[in-house]
Amino acid sequence: MSQTSNAPIIRMNSVHKWFDEYHALRNIDLNVREGEKLVICGPSGSGKSTLIRCINALENHDEGDITVNGNTLTRDLKSINDIRRDIGMVFQSFNLFPHLTVLENCTLAPVQVKKTPLGKAAETARHYLERVKIPEQADKFPGQLSGGQQQRVAIARALCMEPKIMLFDEPTSALDTEMVKEVLDIMVSLAGEGMTMLCVTHEMGFARKVADRVIFMDEGQIIEINDPTSFFDNPQHERTRAFLSQIMH
Amino acid sequence: MREIFFSDLASAMTTLILAVVILTAVPQILSWAIFDSVWTGDPAACVDAGACWSFLGEKHPFILFGIYPPDERWRPLVVILLLIALALWTLPTAHWTRRTLYLWIAGVFTALLLMRGGVFGLQHVPTADWGGLPVTLLLTVLSLAISFPFAIVLALGRQSKLRIFSWASIGFIEIVRGLPLLSLLFITSIMLPLMLPEGITIDNLLRALAALTIYAAAFLAEVIRGGLQGVNTGQAEAARALGMRWVQTTRLIVLPQAIRKVIPPLTNTVVVVVKNTSLVLVIGLFDLLSAGRAALSDPDWPAPYAETYLFIAVIYFAICFGISRYSLWLEKKFEQGVQ
Ligand SMILES: Nc1ncnc2c1ncn2[C@@H]1O[C@H](COP(=O)(O)OP(=O)(O)OP(=O)(O)O)[C@@H](O)[C@H]1O
Ligand SMILES: [Mg+2]
Repeated sequence: MSQTSNAPIIRMNSVHKWFDEYHALRNIDLNVREGEKLVICGPSGSGKSTLIRCINALENHDEGDITVNGNTLTRDLKSINDIRRDIGMVFQSFNLFPHLTVLENCTLAPVQVKKTPLGKAAETARHYLERVKIPEQADKFPGQLSGGQQQRVAIARALCMEPKIMLFDEPTSALDTEMVKEVLDIMVSLAGEGMTMLCVTHEMGFARKVADRVIFMDEGQIIEINDPTSFFDNPQHERTRAFLSQIMH
Repeated sequence: MREIFFSDLASAMTTLILAVVILTAVPQILSWAIFDSVWTGDPAACVDAGACWSFLGEKHPFILFGIYPPDERWRPLVVILLLIALALWTLPTAHWTRRTLYLWIAGVFTALLLMRGGVFGLQHVPTADWGGLPVTLLLTVLSLAISFPFAIVLALGRQSKLRIFSWASIGFIEIVRGLPLLSLLFITSIMLPLMLPEGITIDNLLRALAALTIYAAAFLAEVIRGGLQGVNTGQAEAARALGMRWVQTTRLIVLPQAIRKVIPPLTNTVVVVVKNTSLVLVIGLFDLLSAGRAALSDPDWPAPYAETYLFIAVIYFAICFGISRYSLWLEKKFEQGVQ
């Protein structure tokens, strides 16, 4: 698709994760090149969220190595903060800060984490709010916006940190159908600009349009990885076929 | 009208009984408070009369300022006005800035200095001679100001994954909550001095302040913990994903939301703290209530209890009612910022 270089920006090597007894990630090997767009799908409970949450250390993996942009993730706080600096994340339930205005949501982290002066941060924030097409909502509170608008603010908030990688965890599944498109449109345009993106989503139209590779997960394992055309038209694995036939109908 | 007051037999009876009570009580109260009352004159005029308001006219400086030297009463008066002015200044949320915090620190420091004297040619007045409303206000302000950060630490500690912190917090909160404030006051005022090495004494006012602060901290901590539990975990996750550290996340994301969620119970606790200050009279401190009781012991006057307690009640009511109206306003104001 778009310009992708060959250096992997994310490397996951034999990653395992347990929740107490439950083996949530089993031997995950995954390399993501800079600028690459991955779509991750799979049945509920298959470990999709856990996989991407391990990348920015919202969950700690128990075995194996994760390296992001040259920084290897350990339990050390510094390595975690270094890695989070390069990664933006968008959640299913938006998680905007309800007590802050839209603009404050976008300027808080740049000011607190990167020590950007407030004026500069506000300028950047307005730029990205423009990008997600809601510059006029800057002074409202999140609670005054529609779901689609809130999710677009959440995208702008993540972009304000100027990350190299964006993680999306089912960004449209909490939205009413008429708002799904406005969020997907933003994601498509972001993809067009060469952002490295990992999206957990069941929006197969989006996957066909922007994904370089589609990943199918089940029971904590990566079952199948392929380019979208082969993935959808010619799935290799029985479980992939079963899953696809379920979500297509 | 008819529907509300006479809809069935029971409410008709209630209405009738209340009407009789009101019709007999109101004239009595009116004649006591107004027609038969004494507004000016000496103690003799109050004998066999209605309300003895002239007693308050004579004694209100003593009730308000206690046994503070009469010639120096302007000092506690300035302290009261200063604290009221600070409180009023702080009401609008736009004034909740670092500067206001510094103003409070400077204001309270000035108030304490003014009360105590001994500098700038002001006569030294030991805390044992402080009394009345300034003592009540200072105890309230100081115990709330010190206990609030302490309560936040306790509430966070109670949720900590580190066992020592959570156990220490739970232990402190549960022990203090299990004690009546009176016993805490006795502990800090009588046992604390016994435990200290000889020669070191702690001011009586400080001991009372310690008890009130400890008590307020435990109750505030539980209220705040309730608020913390109400904040969605996604909030802290979003902040962490943005690279914010634990302290930043807690201070800027979690606590502001937690506290907004518990404004009503927080107000309740604050009002209780205000009223609790009156219990310091049991360890010999001269707060508003004790000053009122002392005023009543003047043998020259026929001890008008009702009038004196009414006067004190009006002051407490004004403070507490003001606080609860303000909290309602705050709650409304923050409504849009709460999920
Ligand atoms: N904090 C946790 N504690 C215990 N178990 C967890 C925790 N988080 C996830 N799990 C379990 O790990 C498994 C994988 O969860 P995960 O959220 O990654 O699934 P998912 O593929 O994202 O599913 P969904 O489509 O429902 O979001 C599930 O069985 C889940 O119950
Ligand atoms: Mg999930």
